[in-house]
Amino acid sequence: MRVAVVSFPGSNCDDDCVRVVGEVLGRTAYKVWHADHDLQGPDLVILPGGFSYGDYLRCGAISAHAPIMADVADFARRGGAVLGICNGFQILTEAGLLPGALHRNAGLHFICRDVHLRVEGLATPFTAGLAGRVLKVPVAHHDGNYHADADTLARLEGDGQVVLRYCHPDGVVDAAANPNGSLGHIAGIASAAGNVVGMMPHPERCAEPLLGNTDGLAFFQAALQTLGG
Amino acid sequence: MGQRQPQPPYDAEILRGHGLTPAEYARVEALLGRAPTWPELGVFSVMWSEHCAYKSSRVHLKRLPTTGPQVVQGPGENAGAIDGGDGWAVVFKMESHNHPSFIEPYQGAATGVGGILRDVFTMGARPIALLNALRFGRPEHPKTPHLVSGVVAGIGGYGNCIGVPTVGGDVMFDASYDGNILVNAFALGVAPKDRIFLGVAEGVGNPVFYVGSKTGRDGIHGATMASEEFSEGSEEKRPTVQVGDPFTEKLLLEACLDVMAEDILVGVQDMGAAGLTSSSCEMASRAGSGLVLHLDRVPMREQGMVPYELLLSESQERMLMVCARGKEARLIELVSRWGLDVCQVGEVTETGRFVCTWDGETVVDVPVAALVDEAPVYDRPQSPAPPAACVEALPEPSSVGKALLDLLGRPTIASKRWVYEQYDHMVRTGTVVRPGAGDAAVVRLPQTRRGIALSVDCNGRYCKLDPFVGGALAVVESALNVACVGARPQAITDCLNFASPERPEVMWQFAQAIDGIAAACRALDAPVVSGNVSLYNETNGVGIHPTPMIGMVGLLEDASTAVGSAWPAGRSLVLLGGAMPAFGGSEYLLMQGHALAGPLPDLDLPAARALIDLLLAAHGAGLVEAAHDASEGGLAVAVAEGCIQGDVGARVDLGATALALFGEAIGRVVVATGDAEALLARAQAAGVPARRLGFTGGDRLTLAGTDAALPVQALRAAWEGAFPAVVEG
Repeated sequence: MRVAVVSFPGSNCDDDCVRVVGEVLGRTAYKVWHADHDLQGPDLVILPGGFSYGDYLRCGAISAHAPIMADVADFARRGGAVLGICNGFQILTEAGLLPGALHRNAGLHFICRDVHLRVEGLATPFTAGLAGRVLKVPVAHHDGNYHADADTLARLEGDGQVVLRYCHPDGVVDAAANPNGSLGHIAGIASAAGNVVGMMPHPERCAEPLLGNTDGLAFFQAALQTLGG
Repeated sequence: MGQRQPQPPYDAEILRGHGLTPAEYARVEALLGRAPTWPELGVFSVMWSEHCAYKSSRVHLKRLPTTGPQVVQGPGENAGAIDGGDGWAVVFKMESHNHPSFIEPYQGAATGVGGILRDVFTMGARPIALLNALRFGRPEHPKTPHLVSGVVAGIGGYGNCIGVPTVGGDVMFDASYDGNILVNAFALGVAPKDRIFLGVAEGVGNPVFYVGSKTGRDGIHGATMASEEFSEGSEEKRPTVQVGDPFTEKLLLEACLDVMAEDILVGVQDMGAAGLTSSSCEMASRAGSGLVLHLDRVPMREQGMVPYELLLSESQERMLMVCARGKEARLIELVSRWGLDVCQVGEVTETGRFVCTWDGETVVDVPVAALVDEAPVYDRPQSPAPPAACVEALPEPSSVGKALLDLLGRPTIASKRWVYEQYDHMVRTGTVVRPGAGDAAVVRLPQTRRGIALSVDCNGRYCKLDPFVGGALAVVESALNVACVGARPQAITDCLNFASPERPEVMWQFAQAIDGIAAACRALDAPVVSGNVSLYNETNGVGIHPTPMIGMVGLLEDASTAVGSAWPAGRSLVLLGGAMPAFGGSEYLLMQGHALAGPLPDLDLPAARALIDLLLAAHGAGLVEAAHDASEGGLAVAVAEGCIQGDVGARVDLGATALALFGEAIGRVVVATGDAEALLARAQAAGVPARRLGFTGGDRLTLAGTDAALPVQALRAAWEGAFPAVVEG
């Protein structure tokens, strides 16, 4: 598996994603520059977390227009697997590759802590075989409050495009387990075809025993299996 | 330019506005053999300021130990560095941003973080951890909620955006900070030991480059009064607090590290306080060289700026680089990739003079030595503060259980979750012990198995009661915190926050604290490798408690062996260390409505050293499953905190008196162990007093001989609820 991780100006989690794929999983991971037009033949593209362009405009709004994003969109149209994490999720919505938008957290504060996620919905390259699992993964964001209009939301729910929901450790989904006010307690969604996924939590931050939690590895291992070793 | 700028002779008001006494100004004229030009006056003003010249503190700072086999870079550079092992240097420093944070908490705190990060990456080190030590006034003071919210948001806003995890810190509340909060930011980075970059302007003819944000009129020190002389009519006054731009700093960080990965730079320094002036003068001074700057080439944010403003601006996110000749094109290429300004603004000379030109005309021509070496140094008068009153006894609480819950709900003791959850403490995937999970934060040393432990500490109340003992105890506590997670204390950075040095009592406090810190550093083999002095922390003649903040760095050979402070179930709790508790300066004393009073617990440095050595040996033998030092709130609070974090009860005998339960001492650690016999035997062999306190288990904390049998849930509610209540009401 070859994984391209896009570096935008202000990306902070590009090295972390490269580390998990490269050092923890022992596969090929490399960074691609936002201003280039070459994804270098990946099996998977990751848009990492961070504060691209400082989030000084709407989060992800400027990066959505970076040159490389035209190539990411092409790749996605051809069925390529794309994962947006945190700021990467925001960029995917701004680029129109995923519906909806991420608003400011309901509590108005930046939130960094572990949350629990229930995996459900259609089988994506990152969640295949995980449906029903409850995983502990940290969030770290100021703008993770997922919103979409009622029709879009109904379509997402109806088509199984909601793939991650905030929940309690026992899998129960309710407002108390939702850190940011997301509609439907949504933590991650997929495109209709399932190949593009955006999620606010950071699986790359919990993929090593030293960090006290390896639940995040499940998403990367699912990708390995789906996309062929 | 500048027809309207003031000309010599300067009147007393102008000199006062530049912070120069008549005697100091006379010395400027004597050194130059003439009156300074207007820009030269500005240059002397900042270079001879307390902030740049350490003129009140320098004679005392010399007494701090700064050497040791672990030291790679001691004080005097942008940051200090120690040997981290496996070819890595660990680079760190702490700095204050107190006054700006009181005026404008968000930007003041944010730019404090930005400044300390630049100090670290200027050395060629990638920053991997931030901490902060905050001191606020009384929780019930009307300004406190606003200041806490703003400072925390500002620290998070900068650190989160630039992508460096904020892994720990320390927050205390005390009335002495009502009118003068403290915001001390600590940053740590790592660099290959053989690729540390220094702030030296070496090599005659080497080009000097300006990199980063454009220069604006923000933060011009001492120029508030004078700027009116410049302006046509009534140009609007500029805010004096700088505004941070973490996104630009992220680009600057990556650009600098790209440049530093190649052999391009001779020297580099960030433009912090006193901006272009101090960065260039300090670089020339260290190299014994001279420097010429063509100020008209400096990238400017607005039109009509004059040399005086360019020299004194404290615009953020800027660097000065001395490039090796022939490498200019590569430097420009690497920096431009990140979309930053980069341009040659000068050259290194052999004249030993700091020369600035504007459109070919010389506007500053001053010997570097006059600005740096000849800066005034004062051994200001000292007079001992009268000894503090002492309490012999306090009434026993009617209910020990209630007293414990009340103490856990004191904002100084309570959980700081509200704070650290607003900081990204996990980015860069190196955080092994997270904030709130252990006595010190632990991050991994990249590409190795090693770990770095960090803690910031200082109890200003102890320092107020006795600045020598208080200063020493701050070092001891930070060392104990680091040892609790299993790391050997290595070295400290200090941030010395005091009131006005012109008051003999304050100067005495400063000198005493230095001596206390020095004694503790020697006893623990933890020298001072960097630091910062912040004086004049007072409002309307009321000074803060002396607060010499200590940032301790320790090392673990194997990061995976680090332990936290959450008690596991079914373990013995053992107390190590025989320090005798006292009520002096304690949270319990103040909770009784008592005025601050002594006596302080004794300071026993050899005992502290023995305790740390024992703790580390026991950790190495696998006898420490969790450890927590007893500090603010005393022993009962320490045991209760471990119960809350481990979500487990305990049945312990701590003694039944308020003094035993809630008295404070620095030099006691509670350890959870699976083999109490072995631990007690080791303690006895090491000559460290130790005793079994009890066992963990169940869901209640029971204190033998008292009425306390508290559900852990109730402990948690008190401990977790207090801080949000302070800020959100």
